[in-house]
Amino acid sequence: MVAVVFFYIFAIFLVISAVMVISARNPVYAVFFLILAFFNATGLFILLGAEFLAMLLLMVYVGAVMVLFLFVVMMIDIDLKEMSRGFLQYAPIGSLVGIIILAEIIMVVGGFTYDASLITTTAVPIPDVAEISNLEAFGLLLYGEYVFFIELAGIILLVALIGAIILTLKTTNKAHRQDISVQVARNTETAIEMVSVKSGQAFSKNDTIKMNKKG
Amino acid sequence: MHIALGHYLVLAGVLFTIGIFGIFLNRKNVIIILMSVELMLLAVNINFVAFSAYMNDMFGQIFTLFILTVAAAEAAIGLAILVVFFRSKGSINVEDINQMKG
Repeated sequence: MVAVVFFYIFAIFLVISAVMVISARNPVYAVFFLILAFFNATGLFILLGAEFLAMLLLMVYVGAVMVLFLFVVMMIDIDLKEMSRGFLQYAPIGSLVGIIILAEIIMVVGGFTYDASLITTTAVPIPDVAEISNLEAFGLLLYGEYVFFIELAGIILLVALIGAIILTLKTTNKAHRQDISVQVARNTETAIEMVSVKSGQAFSKNDTIKMNKKG
Repeated sequence: MHIALGHYLVLAGVLFTIGIFGIFLNRKNVIIILMSVELMLLAVNINFVAFSAYMNDMFGQIFTLFILTVAAAEAAIGLAILVVFFRSKGSINVEDINQMKG
């Protein structure tokens, strides 16, 4: 009975915070409501017995991804007045599509029952929690049967890391770095320029180059 | 477990629909669109974990882990593209992203 009460608490707060995410005018508030949504989803995962995934959601999402969102929101200068102009312009078509999709999902899911014989087709049965904890079962599977998948996931994360750095890295030529080979290669011809300045005129760098080409 | 599987499925359906509605509603701010995508992925994750618990199959939870991985990579790349776009255009308005005239 307690589980039912908690399910409804988590579910209602999840839906409310999801609605606030898409309706908040200020993106910072939207990020905070998304964090609240992930918190409630964590509660639902714990109710379902997936403790490791719940903690992963909390640490990876709230701890890393949402903070990344927050950084980007704060880095980018957003004109809030411009953002809220024409806010409900696409609401009619959006709500039409949304209501149709929701009705179809509920129609499919509402009459959903699964065959009891499906229980025999499980790929990997969940072990008894008293013997093997959720975390241990996860580890045994991930580093046993599905080890190539977790390596693939690591490669995906590596590609994302390199891609994000390459996209955002801006190389500036402002820094003066020491280049020893250039320094050593200097001799009197390259180090000294002879310039003849016309009397009564200033000279610029372009003039010296021209003169060097001439003479 | 007293809660039927259908409760979780309907909840995930509602969450997914809110995500789609967010993409339609918000034609201004790319960040909100990325957050709507995160909401939709969360709905999918809830579906996977609910089926995993009710069918007594561990693989649903394993798959959810990989969805989380891909979602984190997607968020990082998406935000990087957003920052690059903001640098070149000075705005993140969706209506300004029309350079390709597609």
